[in-house]
Amino acid sequence: MLLEIVDLRVKYGSIEVLHGINLKVREGEIVTILGANGAGKSTTLLAISGLVKASSGAVYFDKNPLHKLPAHKVVQQGIAQVPEGRRMFGTLTVQENLSLGAYTCKDSAQIKRTREWIYEMLPVLAERRNQLAGTLSGGEQQMLAIGRALMSQPKILLLDEPSLGLAPLLVKMIFQTLEEINETGVTMVLVEQNARAALKLANRGYVMEVGNIVLEDDSASLMSNSEVQAAYFGGTPA
Amino acid sequence: MEQFFQQLTNGLAVGAIYALIALGYTMVYGVLKLINFAHGDLFTIGAYLGLTLLTSLALTEHIGPVWGVSVLAVMVMGLVALIGALLDRLAYRPLRESPRLSAVVSALGASIFFQNTVMLIYGARFQVYPQNILPKTAINIFGLYVPLIRILILLASIVMMGALYFFIQKTKVGTAIRAAAIDQGAARLMGIDVNRVILMVFLLGPAMGGVAGLMVGLYYGQINFTMGWVYGLKAFTAAILGGIGNIPGAMVGGILLGVIEAMGAAYLSIAWKDAIAFCVLILILIFRPTGLLGERVAEKV
Repeated sequence: MLLEIVDLRVKYGSIEVLHGINLKVREGEIVTILGANGAGKSTTLLAISGLVKASSGAVYFDKNPLHKLPAHKVVQQGIAQVPEGRRMFGTLTVQENLSLGAYTCKDSAQIKRTREWIYEMLPVLAERRNQLAGTLSGGEQQMLAIGRALMSQPKILLLDEPSLGLAPLLVKMIFQTLEEINETGVTMVLVEQNARAALKLANRGYVMEVGNIVLEDDSASLMSNSEVQAAYFGGTPA
Repeated sequence: MEQFFQQLTNGLAVGAIYALIALGYTMVYGVLKLINFAHGDLFTIGAYLGLTLLTSLALTEHIGPVWGVSVLAVMVMGLVALIGALLDRLAYRPLRESPRLSAVVSALGASIFFQNTVMLIYGARFQVYPQNILPKTAINIFGLYVPLIRILILLASIVMMGALYFFIQKTKVGTAIRAAAIDQGAARLMGIDVNRVILMVFLLGPAMGGVAGLMVGLYYGQINFTMGWVYGLKAFTAAILGGIGNIPGAMVGGILLGVIEAMGAAYLSIAWKDAIAFCVLILILIFRPTGLLGERVAEKV
Protein backbone atom coordinates (compact mmCIF):
# COMPACT_ATOMS: atom_id res chain seq x y z
CA MET A 1 0.00 0.00 0.00
CA LEU A 2 1.60 3.30 -1.06
CA LEU A 3 -0.76 5.63 0.78
CA GLU A 4 -3.05 4.76 3.62
CA ILE A 5 -5.40 7.05 5.50
CA VAL A 6 -6.69 5.61 8.78
CA ASP A 7 -9.66 7.09 10.61
CA LEU A 8 -8.65 10.66 9.72
CA ARG A 9 -10.47 13.49 11.47
CA VAL A 10 -9.95 17.19 10.72
CA LYS A 11 -11.43 20.20 12.48
CA TYR A 12 -11.61 23.79 11.34
CA GLY A 13 -11.88 25.58 14.66
CA SER A 14 -14.50 23.66 16.61
CA ILE A 15 -16.27 22.27 13.54
CA GLU A 16 -15.27 18.79 12.44
CA VAL A 17 -15.20 18.49 8.64
CA LEU A 18 -13.74 15.00 8.23
CA HIS A 19 -15.39 12.43 10.47
CA GLY A 20 -12.84 9.63 10.42
CA ILE A 21 -12.23 8.60 6.82
CA ASN A 22 -10.32 5.55 5.58
CA LEU A 23 -8.70 5.44 2.17
CA LYS A 24 -6.07 3.30 0.48
CA VAL A 25 -4.00 3.86 -2.64
CA ARG A 26 -1.88 1.15 -4.23
CA GLU A 27 1.29 1.88 -6.16
CA GLY A 28 0.65 2.84 -9.79
CA GLU A 29 -3.09 3.37 -9.32
CA ILE A 30 -5.26 6.34 -10.12
CA VAL A 31 -7.81 6.79 -7.36
CA THR A 32 -10.52 9.40 -7.67
CA ILE A 33 -12.49 11.07 -4.89
CA LEU A 34 -15.93 12.27 -5.96
CA GLY A 35 -18.37 14.38 -4.04
CA ALA A 36 -20.33 17.61 -3.92
CA ASN A 37 -18.96 20.93 -2.73
CA GLY A 38 -18.15 20.84 0.97
CA ALA A 39 -17.91 17.06 1.12
CA GLY A 40 -14.31 17.28 2.38
CA LYS A 41 -12.41 16.25 -0.74
CA SER A 42 -10.00 19.18 -0.76
CA THR A 43 -9.55 18.96 2.99
CA THR A 44 -8.51 15.33 2.56
CA LEU A 45 -5.81 16.31 0.08
CA LEU A 46 -4.67 19.24 2.21
CA ALA A 47 -4.41 16.92 5.21
CA ILE A 48 -2.22 14.51 3.24
CA SER A 49 0.05 17.39 2.24
CA GLY A 50 0.16 18.68 5.82
CA LEU A 51 -1.39 22.06 5.05
CA VAL A 52 -4.18 21.29 7.48
CA LYS A 53 -3.47 19.22 10.58
CA ALA A 54 -5.36 16.07 11.53
CA SER A 55 -7.12 16.27 14.88
CA SER A 56 -6.87 12.49 15.10
CA GLY A 57 -6.16 9.52 12.87
CA ALA A 58 -3.16 8.88 10.69
CA VAL A 59 -1.77 9.10 7.16
CA TYR A 60 0.89 6.60 6.17
CA PHE A 61 3.05 6.85 3.09
CA ASP A 62 5.07 3.72 2.39
CA LYS A 63 4.32 2.74 6.03
CA ASN A 64 5.84 6.00 7.34
CA PRO A 65 3.57 8.37 9.28
CA LEU A 66 3.03 11.63 7.36
CA HIS A 67 0.61 13.37 9.68
CA LYS A 68 3.35 14.42 12.10
CA LEU A 69 5.46 16.14 9.44
CA PRO A 70 5.27 19.85 8.57
CA ALA A 71 4.07 20.56 5.02
CA HIS A 72 7.51 21.30 3.57
CA LYS A 73 8.81 17.92 4.73
CA VAL A 74 5.90 16.02 3.15
CA VAL A 75 7.11 17.07 -0.31
CA GLN A 76 10.51 15.52 0.40
CA GLN A 77 8.82 12.16 1.00
CA GLY A 78 7.65 12.11 -2.62
CA ILE A 79 4.20 13.67 -2.47
CA ALA A 80 3.27 16.62 -4.65
CA GLN A 81 -0.02 18.43 -4.90
CA VAL A 82 -1.66 20.35 -7.73
CA PRO A 83 -3.84 22.59 -5.56
CA GLU A 84 -7.37 23.72 -6.25
CA GLY A 85 -7.45 26.89 -8.34
CA ARG A 86 -3.90 26.18 -9.59
CA ARG A 87 -2.26 28.68 -7.19
CA MET A 88 0.39 29.83 -9.66
CA PHE A 89 3.10 32.28 -8.64
CA GLY A 90 1.66 34.80 -11.09
CA THR A 91 4.44 37.39 -11.06
CA LEU A 92 7.15 34.78 -11.56
CA THR A 93 8.08 33.31 -14.92
CA VAL A 94 7.02 29.86 -16.07
CA GLN A 95 10.57 28.63 -15.63
CA GLU A 96 10.80 30.08 -12.12
CA ASN A 97 7.54 28.37 -11.22
CA LEU A 98 8.96 25.07 -12.40
CA SER A 99 12.20 25.61 -10.49
CA LEU A 100 10.21 26.17 -7.31
CA GLY A 101 8.53 22.83 -7.88
CA ALA A 102 11.98 21.27 -7.53
CA TYR A 103 12.81 23.32 -4.43
CA THR A 104 13.55 20.24 -2.33
CA CYS A 105 15.75 18.67 -5.02
CA LYS A 106 19.48 19.35 -4.62
CA ASP A 107 20.81 17.78 -7.83
CA SER A 108 20.80 20.47 -10.52
CA ALA A 109 21.49 18.04 -13.39
CA GLN A 110 18.49 16.04 -12.25
CA ILE A 111 16.34 19.19 -12.11
CA LYS A 112 17.33 20.05 -15.66
CA ARG A 113 16.47 16.57 -16.92
CA THR A 114 13.07 16.66 -15.26
CA ARG A 115 12.42 20.12 -16.69
CA GLU A 116 13.29 19.00 -20.21
CA TRP A 117 10.99 16.00 -19.79
CA ILE A 118 8.15 18.31 -18.74
CA TYR A 119 8.81 20.70 -21.61
CA GLU A 120 8.68 17.74 -23.97
CA MET A 121 5.40 16.51 -22.55
CA LEU A 122 3.85 20.00 -22.26
CA PRO A 123 5.41 21.92 -25.17
CA VAL A 124 3.23 24.98 -24.56
CA LEU A 125 5.24 25.59 -21.38
CA ALA A 126 8.52 25.45 -23.26
CA GLU A 127 7.29 28.12 -25.66
CA ARG A 128 6.34 30.38 -22.78
CA ARG A 129 9.17 29.63 -20.40
CA ASN A 130 10.17 33.29 -19.92
CA GLN A 131 6.64 34.62 -19.71
CA LEU A 132 5.05 35.54 -16.37
CA ALA A 133 2.79 32.74 -15.19
CA GLY A 134 -0.06 35.18 -14.53
CA THR A 135 -0.28 35.95 -18.24
CA LEU A 136 -0.99 32.34 -19.25
CA SER A 137 -4.49 31.19 -20.14
CA GLY A 138 -6.42 29.00 -17.71
CA GLY A 139 -5.54 25.78 -19.50
CA GLU A 140 -1.87 26.71 -19.75
CA GLN A 141 -1.83 27.58 -16.06
CA GLN A 142 -3.26 24.17 -15.26
CA MET A 143 -0.52 22.55 -17.34
CA LEU A 144 2.02 24.63 -15.46
CA ALA A 145 0.54 23.62 -12.11
CA ILE A 146 0.86 19.97 -13.11
CA GLY A 147 4.37 20.48 -14.46
CA ARG A 148 5.41 22.32 -11.34
CA ALA A 149 4.19 19.48 -9.13
CA LEU A 150 6.05 16.92 -11.26
CA MET A 151 9.32 18.82 -10.83
CA SER A 152 9.80 17.25 -7.40
CA GLN A 153 9.60 13.82 -9.08
CA PRO A 154 6.84 12.66 -6.79
CA LYS A 155 5.85 9.04 -6.29
CA ILE A 156 2.32 10.21 -5.79
CA LEU A 157 0.54 13.19 -7.29
CA LEU A 158 -2.49 14.74 -5.60
CA LEU A 159 -4.74 16.65 -7.99
CA ASP A 160 -7.51 18.94 -6.79
CA GLU A 161 -10.04 19.58 -9.55
CA PRO A 162 -7.67 20.00 -12.49
CA SER A 163 -10.65 20.44 -14.83
CA LEU A 164 -12.16 23.36 -12.90
CA GLY A 165 -13.19 26.24 -15.14
CA LEU A 166 -11.74 24.76 -18.33
CA ALA A 167 -13.41 24.21 -21.70
CA PRO A 168 -14.32 20.56 -22.52
CA LEU A 169 -11.56 20.27 -25.10
CA LEU A 170 -8.96 21.41 -22.59
CA VAL A 171 -10.34 19.04 -19.99
CA LYS A 172 -9.81 16.20 -22.42
CA MET A 173 -6.24 17.33 -23.01
CA ILE A 174 -5.49 17.58 -19.30
CA PHE A 175 -6.85 14.09 -18.67
CA GLN A 176 -4.81 12.69 -21.54
CA THR A 177 -1.71 14.24 -20.02
CA LEU A 178 -2.58 12.73 -16.66
CA GLU A 179 -2.88 9.31 -18.29
CA GLU A 180 0.57 9.74 -19.87
CA ILE A 181 2.06 10.75 -16.53
CA ASN A 182 0.48 7.76 -14.82
CA GLU A 183 2.00 5.48 -17.44
CA THR A 184 5.46 6.64 -16.35
CA GLY A 185 4.71 5.14 -12.94
CA VAL A 186 3.31 8.09 -10.97
CA THR A 187 0.46 7.15 -8.63
CA MET A 188 -2.41 9.62 -8.49
CA VAL A 189 -5.22 10.77 -6.25
CA LEU A 190 -7.68 12.80 -8.27
CA VAL A 191 -10.38 14.94 -6.70
CA GLU A 192 -13.02 15.85 -9.27
CA GLN A 193 -16.50 17.22 -9.80
CA ASN A 194 -16.36 16.01 -13.37
CA ALA A 195 -17.27 12.47 -12.32
CA ARG A 196 -17.56 10.99 -15.79
CA ALA A 197 -14.07 12.03 -16.90
CA ALA A 198 -12.57 11.10 -13.55
CA LEU A 199 -14.07 7.60 -13.48
CA LYS A 200 -12.98 6.97 -17.05
CA LEU A 201 -9.40 7.71 -16.07
CA ALA A 202 -9.29 6.18 -12.59
CA ASN A 203 -8.94 2.55 -11.50
CA ARG A 204 -10.97 3.00 -8.35
CA GLY A 205 -13.08 5.65 -6.73
CA TYR A 206 -14.39 6.87 -3.41
CA VAL A 207 -17.55 8.91 -2.98
CA MET A 208 -17.64 11.45 -0.15
CA GLU A 209 -20.62 13.08 1.50
CA VAL A 210 -20.37 15.70 4.29
CA GLY A 211 -17.10 14.47 5.71
CA ASN A 212 -17.65 10.73 5.32
CA ILE A 213 -16.75 8.19 2.68
CA VAL A 214 -20.06 6.62 1.69
CA LEU A 215 -19.05 4.45 -1.24
CA GLU A 216 -15.89 2.75 -2.45
CA ASP A 217 -15.54 0.60 -5.56
CA ASP A 218 -13.71 0.12 -8.84
CA SER A 219 -14.47 2.69 -11.50
CA ALA A 220 -16.62 0.49 -13.74
CA SER A 221 -18.91 -0.46 -10.87
CA LEU A 222 -19.19 3.12 -9.70
CA MET A 223 -20.00 4.22 -13.23
CA SER A 224 -22.93 1.82 -13.36
CA ASN A 225 -24.00 2.42 -9.76
CA SER A 226 -27.47 3.89 -9.81
CA GLU A 227 -26.89 6.26 -6.88
CA VAL A 228 -23.75 7.64 -8.49
CA GLN A 229 -25.56 8.04 -11.78
CA ALA A 230 -28.39 9.90 -10.16
CA ALA A 231 -26.11 12.15 -8.16
CA TYR A 232 -23.34 12.90 -10.66
CA PHE A 233 -24.51 12.16 -14.18
CA GLY A 234 -27.86 13.86 -13.76
CA GLY A 235 -29.66 10.91 -15.33
CA THR A 236 -32.11 8.43 -13.94
CA PRO A 237 -30.78 4.97 -13.06
CA ALA A 238 -30.51 2.81 -16.17
CA MET B 1 22.98 75.72 -10.51
CA GLU B 2 25.37 75.21 -7.62
CA GLN B 3 22.51 75.06 -5.15
CA PHE B 4 20.54 72.68 -7.37
CA PHE B 5 23.47 70.34 -7.68
CA GLN B 6 24.20 70.35 -3.95
CA GLN B 7 20.57 69.66 -3.15
CA LEU B 8 20.43 66.91 -5.74
CA THR B 9 23.42 65.05 -4.34
CA ASN B 10 22.19 65.63 -0.79
CA GLY B 11 18.76 64.33 -1.79
CA LEU B 12 20.30 61.28 -3.43
CA ALA B 13 22.31 60.43 -0.33
CA VAL B 14 19.36 60.89 2.04
CA GLY B 15 17.14 59.08 -0.44
CA ALA B 16 19.52 56.13 -0.52
CA ILE B 17 19.24 55.96 3.26
CA TYR B 18 15.44 56.04 3.03
CA ALA B 19 15.62 53.31 0.41
CA LEU B 20 17.72 51.04 2.63
CA ILE B 21 15.21 51.41 5.47
CA ALA B 22 12.22 51.09 3.13
CA LEU B 23 13.49 47.68 1.96
CA GLY B 24 12.93 46.30 5.43
CA TYR B 25 9.34 47.51 5.52
CA THR B 26 8.55 46.27 2.05
CA MET B 27 10.08 42.80 2.44
CA VAL B 28 8.29 42.12 5.72
CA TYR B 29 5.05 43.44 4.27
CA GLY B 30 5.55 41.33 1.16
CA VAL B 31 5.79 38.06 3.06
CA LEU B 32 3.69 38.69 6.20
CA LYS B 33 1.37 41.56 5.14
CA LEU B 34 2.51 43.21 8.34
CA ILE B 35 3.84 46.74 8.81
CA ASN B 36 6.78 46.22 11.11
CA PHE B 37 6.46 49.37 13.20
CA ALA B 38 9.57 48.40 15.14
CA HIS B 39 11.69 48.68 12.01
CA GLY B 40 12.49 52.38 12.55
CA ASP B 41 13.83 51.50 15.98
CA LEU B 42 16.10 48.84 14.52
CA PHE B 43 17.50 51.71 12.46
CA THR B 44 18.08 53.68 15.70
CA ILE B 45 19.76 50.66 17.26
CA GLY B 46 22.04 50.47 14.22
CA ALA B 47 23.07 54.09 14.76
CA TYR B 48 23.80 53.55 18.45
CA LEU B 49 25.60 50.24 18.00
CA GLY B 50 27.69 51.96 15.32
CA LEU B 51 28.62 54.70 17.76
CA THR B 52 29.54 52.26 20.52
CA LEU B 53 31.64 50.06 18.26
CA LEU B 54 33.27 53.09 16.66
CA THR B 55 34.42 54.57 19.94
CA SER B 56 35.25 51.35 21.77
CA LEU B 57 37.11 49.49 19.05
CA ALA B 58 38.69 52.50 17.33
CA LEU B 59 38.86 50.46 14.14
CA THR B 60 39.43 53.45 11.91
CA GLU B 61 42.63 54.26 13.79
CA HIS B 62 44.00 50.75 13.37
CA ILE B 63 43.11 49.88 9.79
CA GLY B 64 42.36 53.20 8.14
CA PRO B 65 39.08 55.02 7.55
CA VAL B 66 37.73 53.05 4.59
CA TRP B 67 38.41 49.57 5.95
CA GLY B 68 37.50 50.66 9.44
CA VAL B 69 34.07 51.92 8.40
CA SER B 70 33.48 48.88 6.17
CA VAL B 71 34.22 46.42 8.96
CA LEU B 72 32.08 48.52 11.28
CA ALA B 73 29.20 48.43 8.80
CA VAL B 74 29.40 44.64 8.54
CA MET B 75 29.39 44.30 12.33
CA VAL B 76 26.39 46.61 12.68
CA MET B 77 24.53 44.72 9.97
CA GLY B 78 25.22 41.40 11.66
CA LEU B 79 24.13 42.57 15.11
CA VAL B 80 20.97 44.35 13.98
CA ALA B 81 20.07 41.35 11.80
CA LEU B 82 20.32 39.21 14.90
CA ILE B 83 18.03 41.57 16.82
CA GLY B 84 15.62 41.50 13.86
CA ALA B 85 15.53 37.70 13.93
CA LEU B 86 14.89 37.75 17.68
CA LEU B 87 12.11 40.29 17.17
CA ASP B 88 10.37 37.93 14.76
CA ARG B 89 10.89 34.91 17.00
CA LEU B 90 9.58 36.59 20.16
CA ALA B 91 7.07 39.19 19.00
CA TYR B 92 5.63 37.96 15.67
CA ARG B 93 6.02 34.22 15.29
CA PRO B 94 3.84 33.33 18.30
CA LEU B 95 1.09 35.39 16.62
CA ARG B 96 1.37 33.85 13.16
CA GLU B 97 -2.07 32.21 13.34
CA SER B 98 -3.72 35.14 15.12
CA PRO B 99 -5.61 37.96 13.43
CA ARG B 100 -3.34 40.48 11.73
CA LEU B 101 -4.22 43.24 14.17
CA SER B 102 -2.55 41.32 17.01
CA ALA B 103 0.78 41.35 15.19
CA VAL B 104 0.42 45.07 14.47
CA VAL B 105 -0.16 45.78 18.18
CA SER B 106 2.82 43.58 18.97
CA ALA B 107 4.90 45.61 16.50
CA LEU B 108 3.91 48.86 18.21
CA GLY B 109 4.81 47.33 21.56
CA ALA B 110 8.19 46.19 20.26
CA SER B 111 8.80 49.71 18.95
CA ILE B 112 8.14 51.27 22.37
CA PHE B 113 10.29 48.61 24.00
CA PHE B 114 13.26 49.25 21.70
CA GLN B 115 12.98 53.02 21.97
CA ASN B 116 12.96 52.95 25.74
CA THR B 117 15.74 50.39 25.95
CA VAL B 118 17.96 52.65 23.86
CA MET B 119 17.03 55.61 26.05
CA LEU B 120 17.79 53.72 29.26
CA ILE B 121 21.17 52.55 28.00
CA TYR B 122 22.39 55.68 26.25
CA GLY B 123 20.32 58.45 27.84
CA ALA B 124 17.77 60.79 26.32
CA ARG B 125 20.22 63.43 25.13
CA PHE B 126 21.68 63.64 21.65
CA GLN B 127 24.84 61.61 21.19
CA VAL B 128 27.63 62.81 18.96
CA TYR B 129 29.62 60.73 16.46
CA PRO B 130 33.36 61.46 16.43
CA GLN B 131 34.02 64.05 13.74
CA ASN B 132 37.25 62.80 12.23
CA ILE B 133 36.21 59.38 11.02
CA LEU B 134 36.08 59.99 7.31
CA PRO B 135 38.26 62.66 5.67
CA LYS B 136 36.34 65.91 5.24
CA THR B 137 37.38 66.26 1.64
CA ALA B 138 35.11 67.18 -1.22
CA ILE B 139 35.26 65.58 -4.63
CA ASN B 140 35.35 67.73 -7.73
CA ILE B 141 32.68 66.67 -10.22
CA PHE B 142 32.65 68.89 -13.32
CA GLY B 143 33.74 71.87 -11.27
CA LEU B 144 31.22 71.29 -8.50
CA TYR B 145 32.34 70.06 -5.11
CA VAL B 146 30.55 67.17 -3.42
CA PRO B 147 31.49 65.97 0.08
CA LEU B 148 33.16 62.57 -0.01
CA ILE B 149 30.72 61.11 2.51
CA ARG B 150 27.71 61.75 0.28
CA ILE B 151 29.35 59.83 -2.52
CA LEU B 152 30.34 57.00 -0.19
CA ILE B 153 26.79 56.71 1.16
CA LEU B 154 25.35 56.64 -2.32
CA LEU B 155 27.88 54.10 -3.62
CA ALA B 156 27.58 51.81 -0.60
CA SER B 157 23.78 51.89 -0.82
CA ILE B 158 23.80 51.12 -4.51
CA VAL B 159 26.15 48.17 -4.00
CA MET B 160 24.00 46.78 -1.17
CA MET B 161 20.75 47.26 -3.05
CA GLY B 162 22.28 45.67 -6.15
CA ALA B 163 23.41 42.69 -4.10
CA LEU B 164 19.98 42.35 -2.52
CA TYR B 165 18.27 42.60 -5.89
CA PHE B 166 20.52 39.91 -7.32
CA PHE B 167 19.90 37.70 -4.30
CA ILE B 168 16.12 38.06 -4.54
CA GLN B 169 15.92 37.67 -8.31
CA LYS B 170 18.56 35.09 -9.12
CA THR B 171 19.09 32.73 -6.21
CA LYS B 172 16.99 29.80 -5.10
CA VAL B 173 16.32 31.26 -1.65
CA GLY B 174 15.45 34.62 -3.23
CA THR B 175 12.92 32.95 -5.52
CA ALA B 176 11.48 31.17 -2.49
CA ILE B 177 11.07 34.53 -0.76
CA ARG B 178 9.18 35.89 -3.77
CA ALA B 179 7.04 32.77 -3.92
CA ALA B 180 6.15 32.95 -0.22
CA ALA B 181 5.19 36.60 -0.71
CA ILE B 182 2.71 35.62 -3.43
CA ASP B 183 1.10 32.57 -1.83
CA GLN B 184 2.36 31.03 1.40
CA GLY B 185 0.22 27.91 1.10
CA ALA B 186 1.40 27.17 -2.42
CA ALA B 187 4.98 27.83 -1.33
CA ARG B 188 4.62 25.21 1.40
CA LEU B 189 3.31 22.75 -1.19
CA MET B 190 6.59 23.30 -3.08
CA GLY B 191 8.48 22.18 0.02
CA ILE B 192 9.49 25.68 1.07
CA ASP B 193 9.86 26.14 4.83
CA VAL B 194 7.96 29.43 5.12
CA ASN B 195 9.21 30.10 8.64
CA ARG B 196 12.76 30.03 7.34
CA VAL B 197 11.83 32.42 4.54
CA ILE B 198 10.39 34.80 7.13
CA LEU B 199 13.53 34.47 9.24
CA MET B 200 15.57 35.36 6.16
CA VAL B 201 13.48 38.48 5.62
CA PHE B 202 13.97 39.46 9.27
CA LEU B 203 17.73 39.12 8.84
CA LEU B 204 18.03 41.04 5.58
CA GLY B 205 15.67 43.95 6.32
CA PRO B 206 17.08 44.86 9.73
CA ALA B 207 20.65 44.50 8.39
CA MET B 208 19.88 47.16 5.77
CA GLY B 209 18.01 49.34 8.27
CA GLY B 210 20.82 49.06 10.81
CA VAL B 211 23.51 50.10 8.39
CA ALA B 212 21.32 53.05 7.36
CA GLY B 213 21.42 54.14 11.02
CA LEU B 214 25.20 54.03 10.94
CA MET B 215 25.17 56.14 7.75
CA VAL B 216 22.97 58.80 9.35
CA GLY B 217 25.32 58.92 12.32
CA LEU B 218 28.32 59.41 10.09
CA TYR B 219 26.53 61.89 7.81
CA TYR B 220 24.91 64.19 10.37
CA GLY B 221 27.14 63.40 13.33
CA GLN B 222 24.22 63.46 15.79
CA ILE B 223 21.85 60.73 16.89
CA ASN B 224 18.92 60.52 19.25
CA PHE B 225 16.80 57.68 20.59
CA THR B 226 13.68 58.98 18.81
CA MET B 227 15.31 59.33 15.37
CA GLY B 228 13.81 56.02 14.22
CA TRP B 229 10.32 57.49 14.34
CA VAL B 230 10.82 60.17 11.66
CA TYR B 231 13.15 58.10 9.51
CA GLY B 232 10.87 55.10 9.83
CA LEU B 233 7.87 57.15 8.76
CA LYS B 234 9.73 58.63 5.80
CA ALA B 235 10.99 55.22 4.71
CA PHE B 236 7.49 53.82 5.09
CA THR B 237 6.29 56.65 2.83
CA ALA B 238 9.03 55.70 0.37
CA ALA B 239 7.90 52.07 0.42
CA ILE B 240 4.30 53.11 -0.31
CA LEU B 241 5.50 55.50 -3.01
CA GLY B 242 7.30 52.68 -4.79
CA GLY B 243 4.54 50.15 -4.16
CA ILE B 244 4.67 48.30 -0.85
CA GLY B 245 5.79 44.70 -1.19
CA ASN B 246 7.83 45.58 -4.26
CA ILE B 247 11.60 45.55 -3.73
CA PRO B 248 12.72 47.70 -6.68
CA GLY B 249 9.80 49.97 -5.74
CA ALA B 250 11.29 50.61 -2.30
CA MET B 251 14.62 51.53 -3.88
CA VAL B 252 13.07 53.91 -6.40
CA GLY B 253 10.62 55.32 -3.86
CA GLY B 254 13.36 56.04 -1.33
CA ILE B 255 15.64 57.86 -3.74
CA LEU B 256 12.73 59.79 -5.23
CA LEU B 257 11.44 60.88 -1.83
CA GLY B 258 14.92 62.00 -0.76
CA VAL B 259 15.31 64.15 -3.87
CA ILE B 260 11.78 65.61 -3.66
CA GLU B 261 12.33 66.49 -0.03
CA ALA B 262 15.72 68.10 -0.65
CA MET B 263 14.38 70.16 -3.56
CA GLY B 264 11.34 71.20 -1.56
CA ALA B 265 13.53 72.25 1.35
CA ALA B 266 15.75 74.28 -0.94
CA TYR B 267 13.20 76.01 -3.16
CA LEU B 268 10.08 76.22 -0.98
CA SER B 269 11.07 76.35 2.64
CA ILE B 270 13.17 74.13 4.86
CA ALA B 271 10.41 74.25 7.46
CA TRP B 272 8.15 72.41 5.03
CA LYS B 273 10.56 69.51 4.53
CA ASP B 274 8.51 66.92 6.43
CA ALA B 275 5.21 68.31 5.19
CA ILE B 276 6.36 67.83 1.60
CA ALA B 277 7.28 64.21 2.26
CA PHE B 278 3.88 63.45 3.74
CA CYS B 279 2.07 65.36 0.99
CA VAL B 280 3.74 62.91 -1.36
CA LEU B 281 2.30 60.08 0.75
CA ILE B 282 -1.20 61.56 0.64
CA LEU B 283 -1.06 62.22 -3.11
CA ILE B 284 0.15 58.72 -3.88
CA LEU B 285 -2.54 57.19 -1.68
CA ILE B 286 -5.21 59.20 -3.49
CA PHE B 287 -4.04 58.85 -7.06
CA ARG B 288 -2.03 55.63 -7.18
CA PRO B 289 -2.56 53.55 -4.04
CA THR B 290 -0.60 50.63 -5.48
CA GLY B 291 2.52 52.82 -5.74
CA LEU B 292 4.69 53.56 -8.74
CA LEU B 293 5.79 49.97 -9.38
CA GLY B 294 3.02 48.07 -7.60
CA GLU B 295 0.78 45.53 -9.34
CA ARG B 296 2.73 44.78 -12.45
CA VAL B 297 0.57 41.86 -13.46
CA ALA B 298 -3.03 41.18 -12.66
CA GLU B 299 -3.60 37.66 -11.42
CA LYS B 300 -5.78 35.63 -13.72
CA VAL B 301 -8.73 34.07 -11.96
